[in-house]
Amino acid sequence: MQTAPDLALLLARFQFAFTVGVHIIFPAFSIGLAAYLAVLEGLWLKTGRQVFLDLYRYWIKAFSIVFSMGVVSGLVMSYEFGTNWSVFSKKAGPITGVLLSYEVMTAFFLEAGFLGVMLFGMNKVGRGLHFAATCCVSVGTLISMTWILASNSWMQTPRGYTIDPATGRFMPDDWLAIIFNPSFPFRLVHMGLAAFLSVAFVVGATGAWHLLKARRVGATAREPVRVMFSMAMWMAAIVAPLQILAGDAHGLNTLKYQPVKIAAMEGDWETEGRASELLFGIPNMKTERTDYAVKVPLLGSLILTHSLDGKVPGMKDFPRDQRPPSPVIFFSFRIMVALAMLMALVGFWSLWLRRKGALFTSPFFHRVAVCMAPAGFIALLCGWVTTEVGRQPWTVYGLLRTSESVSPIVLSSMAVTMTAFVVVYVIVFGSGLVILLRLLGRAPEEGEHNASPAHAADVLATHTHPGIAGPIPGEGA
Amino acid sequence: MMDFAYWLPIVWAVILVAAITIYVILDGFDLGIGMLFALERNQGRRDVMVNTIAPVWDGNETWMVLGGAVLYGVFPGAYATLLPAFYLPIVLMLLALIFRGVSFEFRIMTRGTAREALWEVGFMAGSGIAAFSQGVILGGVIQGIAVTNGEFTGGALDWLTPFSVLCGLAVMCGYALLGATWLVWRTTGVLEASCRKWAAWLAIGLFAGIVAVSLWTPLLHAPYLRRWTDWPNILFVAPVPVLVVVLGALLAMGLRRGHSRVPFLCALGWFFLCLSGLGITVWPYAVPPSLTLWDVSSPPSSQFFQLVGTAILLPIILTYTIYSYRVFRGKVTEADGYH
Ligand code: HDD
Ligand code: HEM
Ligand code: HEM
Repeated sequence: MQTAPDLALLLARFQFAFTVGVHIIFPAFSIGLAAYLAVLEGLWLKTGRQVFLDLYRYWIKAFSIVFSMGVVSGLVMSYEFGTNWSVFSKKAGPITGVLLSYEVMTAFFLEAGFLGVMLFGMNKVGRGLHFAATCCVSVGTLISMTWILASNSWMQTPRGYTIDPATGRFMPDDWLAIIFNPSFPFRLVHMGLAAFLSVAFVVGATGAWHLLKARRVGATAREPVRVMFSMAMWMAAIVAPLQILAGDAHGLNTLKYQPVKIAAMEGDWETEGRASELLFGIPNMKTERTDYAVKVPLLGSLILTHSLDGKVPGMKDFPRDQRPPSPVIFFSFRIMVALAMLMALVGFWSLWLRRKGALFTSPFFHRVAVCMAPAGFIALLCGWVTTEVGRQPWTVYGLLRTSESVSPIVLSSMAVTMTAFVVVYVIVFGSGLVILLRLLGRAPEEGEHNASPAHAADVLATHTHPGIAGPIPGEGA
Repeated sequence: MMDFAYWLPIVWAVILVAAITIYVILDGFDLGIGMLFALERNQGRRDVMVNTIAPVWDGNETWMVLGGAVLYGVFPGAYATLLPAFYLPIVLMLLALIFRGVSFEFRIMTRGTAREALWEVGFMAGSGIAAFSQGVILGGVIQGIAVTNGEFTGGALDWLTPFSVLCGLAVMCGYALLGATWLVWRTTGVLEASCRKWAAWLAIGLFAGIVAVSLWTPLLHAPYLRRWTDWPNILFVAPVPVLVVVLGALLAMGLRRGHSRVPFLCALGWFFLCLSGLGITVWPYAVPPSLTLWDVSSPPSSQFFQLVGTAILLPIILTYTIYSYRVFRGKVTEADGYH
């Protein structure tokens, strides 16, 4: 039987996971897209080629939408620590709250301050200043990522604190140790690459879509389409393999500091040398075994220790009440890795086509690229599920339990707000997605104009493919 | 010399009140403009209203993020009791701000489709509900929350009283006044003329609100009354009503004589007076009526580290914020385009 407080805790967790899971999509999108826009504007200033300006103006419309969704969903997060995890905030606030404040002061203000100039100032300030504004926004997104990951990584591998015996609070001793905690560099690199990769696949899919559309009417695609597709495929070919290396390093680091998380990700119960790797299986937390296992001998030791007889931990080494729910992260981890392989494959394939001079004339490849549009975001979410669920049952690893972090909020309030969050998020972010698809369903033009209210209607109405952006059922005319 | 642990919370309280004041003023006129959508139906003029704030609203809202983050890092005890206590109005406010925030882009991007109406209403209702929730939370803080052993122990609806609802309505009225006077300053023609009319009515409404809240507040807790009437505090408190009336007269004159900036500045003055009055009332409590600033503070090592960064960063932030306002200065007309 679940009691009301148990259910309230479950809802608090679910609510947090839902809202942060939605939020993370937009920052990742903004981080990648802002950098892409800075590159495009820089190229335009350097080469003077119209195509870069066209692409800049094309993607900045998507950016303005994505960024605004990032802002509003982030605002929710900054209050949710207190609403849902008040005990956690009281105890860890002296550390995580300070890091969040630094994020606001070094990143959010920077982004917000220059966003206006970036979106509306093209004709009000000089080109150099406008480029500077774009760069400030892009740098702001990267700084923001840095602080929030420092905070999250500190919760995974806490350092540089003492616990006040009277209140149980975490007192900061050494801020450098807090920020540069052992998992931070790995998480930072991995998340940064994830953001770039996610956006590369969205840009690539948009390019591929328009290549396919042009081909269907027997035309050659315009220059901006080809340029964006080519740029995106370079990113895929370079960043996807880097991400696999970064992920490998991240995993080794986690093995060192959170071995039980690795055991749960791998579905391993016994500690062994010369361990095999499970390709598939269903970990069972009750019987302490993994059913239907499909194994590759020795691979487990090879991946995790880079040697054939290295020791790999098993969950049975850890007390039951300290094991994360293996079935969830066993799968989320595998989905992430499988998508990484696919992305790298697409990258190599593009290199091969490029050498043959067939990058813009291979419809099968373009179809694959269209399908890969959400791949980066799915991998990214699976990565976060692995990280966060794998941290359970702790909020501050090994020190503060999730069940002891929660706010004294009654179940009925939690249930009401949970429903409200789901309804509002589906309406708002669902509509945002539809608007985004409609925008991207229209090919970039030569001499792409700004989206003024006067143009907005025809910007959206023309060149829209019904398959990708019809009116949503139950809404519209 | 008193020690660090005594002074740091005081310094931080001042910074926090300053951040909240800046937020209230800046996002106040954004939210006010959203509410004024209810009075202005013409699409061209609505676009002008939005265009006066589109480049700056995100920065304005960031002051609220700062307020939350400072509370979390510097006064975690207050963050951890106030947020659960006001759980429902806070979530309501956040959801309303979601609609308000995305509507800037979405109403343009859905122009000409049936969905445009959703985002016009979203902008208006989102602004109104957010303003109301903020007022209710403010009222709720003044009337106090139930705390035992540093934890919130009241009910889910404790905040809902006639007093907090009055504060909610007063804040709505006040924000709408800020919005109307902002538009008087930043627009021309028909829109400016309508705003002068609305501003006059809103000023009357806000004045009534200020009077009502001021008379009611000292009745809530005995210490509040003493704080106002004790010598020498009365020296500071007594001029406040006089100033409120003087500013009101200036505001009315500015509106009638066609000044463009005076009405906005007078409205700002009102907000400034009200917030300092509240500050004096609640001092030195962070969570009335039981937790003081020192009860809810994080350790000096946290407060000091954050203070160093703030001392360096806040001036920089103010500089580029002023710069970005200057880029978009001057009257906005229907000829000014979007991105
Ligand atoms: C496009 C996104 C993406 C891709 C392709 C990958 N990852 Fe990843 N992964 C993330 C996006 C991500 C992430 C969202 O960025 C996470 C969540 C938190 C974090 O630090 O990074 C993550 C977490 C994460 C963790 C958990 C670390 C921890 O919690 O301590 C491991 C072990 C890996 N990854 C390993 C890999 C490997 C071996 C990959 C490829 C073969 C891989 N990831 C591809
Ligand atoms: C943005 C991507 C993120 C995703 C997708 C994500 C996902 C999740 C999930 C799924 C949970 C619930 C785990 C469970 O209940 O089993 C959770 C909990 C939590 N996460 Fe994250 N998280 C993210 C980022 C962060 C960051 C950056 C922080 C801190 C700065 C953070 C702090 C927390 C806290 C405090 C909890 C609640 C306690 C807990 O259940 O562990 N998360 N998150
Ligand atoms: C759970 C913890 C989190 C909190 C409390 C939080 C808070 C916020 C807030 C308040 C904003 C809006 C800023 C503005 O007004 O401009 C925001 C945006 C942003 N956040 Fe988060 N966030 C969290 C998780 C993350 C994570 C995990 C990342 C990246 C790794 C991230 C990166 C960003 C970025 C780059 C932006 C600006 C771009 C955008 O708005 O789309 N955040 N966040």
